[in-house]
Amino acid sequence: MIRVGKSEGGLIAAIVLSLVICTLPVTAAFAGDSGVQAPPDATPKAKSKTKVVKKPTHDVQEIPILLVRQKRDLLPPLSLLHQRPADDGLGGAKLAISDNNTTGHFLKQKFTLEELKNNKPDALIADTVARVDAGVGMVVADLDADVLVKLADALKGKKAIILNAGSHDDDLRNGDCRANILHTAPSRAMLADALGQYLTWKRWSKWFLVTGSTKRDTLWANAIKRTAKRFRQKIVEERIFEYNPGSRRSDGGYEQIQKQIPKFTQKAPRHDVVVVADEGQLFGDYFPYRTWDARPVVGSAGLSPASWHAAVELWGGTQFQNRFKRMNKRNMRELDYDVWMAVRTVGEAASRTRSNAPEKLISYIRSKDFELAAFKGQKLTFRDWNGQLRQPVILVTPNLHVTVSPQPEFLHQFSELDTLGFDKPESTCKAYQP
Amino acid sequence: MMPLRTAITCAALSACAAMTTPAFAYKVFVSNEKDNTVSVIDSEKLEVVKTIKVGQRPRGIIMSKDGKWVIVCASDDNRIEVYDANTYELVKHLPSGPDPELPILHTSGNPLYVSNEDDNLVTVVDIQTGKLITDVPVGVEPEGMGISPDGKVLVNTSETTNMAHFIDTATYDSIENVLVDNRPRVAQFTPDGSEVWVSAEIGGSVTVIDAKTKAVKKKITFEIQGITPEAIQPMGVRITNDGKTAFVGLGPANRVAVIDAKTYEVKKYLLVGQRIWNVNFTPDHKLLFTTNGTSNDVSVIDVEKLKVIKSITVGRYPWGVVSAPN
Repeated sequence: MIRVGKSEGGLIAAIVLSLVICTLPVTAAFAGDSGVQAPPDATPKAKSKTKVVKKPTHDVQEIPILLVRQKRDLLPPLSLLHQRPADDGLGGAKLAISDNNTTGHFLKQKFTLEELKNNKPDALIADTVARVDAGVGMVVADLDADVLVKLADALKGKKAIILNAGSHDDDLRNGDCRANILHTAPSRAMLADALGQYLTWKRWSKWFLVTGSTKRDTLWANAIKRTAKRFRQKIVEERIFEYNPGSRRSDGGYEQIQKQIPKFTQKAPRHDVVVVADEGQLFGDYFPYRTWDARPVVGSAGLSPASWHAAVELWGGTQFQNRFKRMNKRNMRELDYDVWMAVRTVGEAASRTRSNAPEKLISYIRSKDFELAAFKGQKLTFRDWNGQLRQPVILVTPNLHVTVSPQPEFLHQFSELDTLGFDKPESTCKAYQP
Repeated sequence: MMPLRTAITCAALSACAAMTTPAFAYKVFVSNEKDNTVSVIDSEKLEVVKTIKVGQRPRGIIMSKDGKWVIVCASDDNRIEVYDANTYELVKHLPSGPDPELPILHTSGNPLYVSNEDDNLVTVVDIQTGKLITDVPVGVEPEGMGISPDGKVLVNTSETTNMAHFIDTATYDSIENVLVDNRPRVAQFTPDGSEVWVSAEIGGSVTVIDAKTKAVKKKITFEIQGITPEAIQPMGVRITNDGKTAFVGLGPANRVAVIDAKTYEVKKYLLVGQRIWNVNFTPDHKLLFTTNGTSNDVSVIDVEKLKVIKSITVGRYPWGVVSAPN
């Protein structure tokens, strides 16, 4: 690919090149290929530049990727800043397709994305099965755990793999695991361990747990309890926050909350932190600065574990954030990042194997050779006992990261990343056992 | 500093070859990414003699061929800054694309090629006229820049595309794109121009590419007792003038690998500061300086003895290092 111009020297080069080009089958602009982003033009002058790209010929390998998204009926989070965009996750897929295609362009591989979106799980599963039967082998899923398991069972024995980017469910990594699911999203256990390691390091060892009343909140609280036990921290008390969210906003509203939260947190045993388990972000943000005792709030509000955050610039993340923002006109969210990793996983497998055959890609992803670079400062690999992607977890406040776990003091005989989540000896996943 | 005449006389004497201490006090320039400064180190005293205030987020740093200018990428100011190597005054700005990271000069001394990490472009700039010659599109997040000894081939690495792009410096045409391991950083030609060494930070390897055939000749990997494989992140690469020994900075493994450049065997690991990034020689190749990002210092390695002889505190997050030829 050549782009010249801007100066006389460049123009001469352009003329010389145009002679060469005449003999080549050219025209398709880089940007014209679906999903491929052209380098943004730096100056208005740049419009006069000649863009020359070799047209994809018949020997280009196409790698279709399916993104399956379940439309869920969820209440909106409390903060206006955290409202879910309609393309949550999809934005990450688009960026990853573009990233895949830059390497693909040099290797004659073309990645395409198809999105299936439905609020009816059965229809979504049927549509996915039809696509897989038509030859699509790479399925990226943003589905609830129960739907994901049904989909995995429907695809059993077919040449396809599901990359789970949408569910943190621990059972999916243990008893409910399936051989045809890999997980790029961190599990609840990994997230809780990441937080727990930092609290342990800070010697904030007495935790006052406040759990919401939804099923997801209970699962998240269970993960936090497991972490407390694992790192010998103490949950001094658990209180269930029975809360009917009502409408997200109303004129006023803080007057009542200012009284409710201190009262709710009154007379708790001595504690170092308040851990809030509120996955839906429906009440946790009411807790910081309102608790009876002056204690930091962690968990679903205050200091939270996350796979990604829009302010992270560690490990070359700045350019990654910028690319995302230029393309999607918004900040990158956790789901976008988890989906990006899933789509990049496919890209990595395709460029290393130089193949588009699903069975070859799947076998490479499962092999010891597979590794993913994902702006986390180290290579990421899949655990061979449950298909979970090992990854550092970032602890963030709404504005900035505070730290990244695993904390250096937590050691492991094979990989420090395995101090987060269910380690091999703890795993109850049978589908991955030989 | 030793007077020039003394140095010339000294160089004429064969006895000088046996000297282990540098025969000459060079100026070593270190860019401090977080401090917006460049530290100037006297290579004989081994101490910081001056701190120059520069633009935002200085990273890639090189000297002009005549040794008169220090050329620094001010990444967050989206420009390249040129400083007088003697007076430390700002001479001029040079244009670049967004987020310039690593510059390299053509072997003739001009033009300058710079990778723009945020724009998938390598920019070509005439350092005398300060004019932008052209942009060359490459992969995602262009980074490492290597130039063949004959000046005919430029190699650029792209961190997310995972490739080494071979570019013809006469036509800016892409000659070949070689897939390497994850997150390639530095590209370095061997002195005879026969090989290009490309470090891969996340892949944990150094790929040796045959410069003629573009075939991968060897993949060098590292193993250090007590260090997890994830922490071994090769970055800076430099090879001695005789082509015999290569030095590779290993990032958070806090070590420099010493490699036999002929057999590709790792001979030794030298413990340096934390998250070592780049490495560079003094012009006489007697000392090697390493930038240790998270410990805010540089380590000085005696190239002949293969020993770390000193750590020198510089600014915060030292990134690049270059030594003046005089």
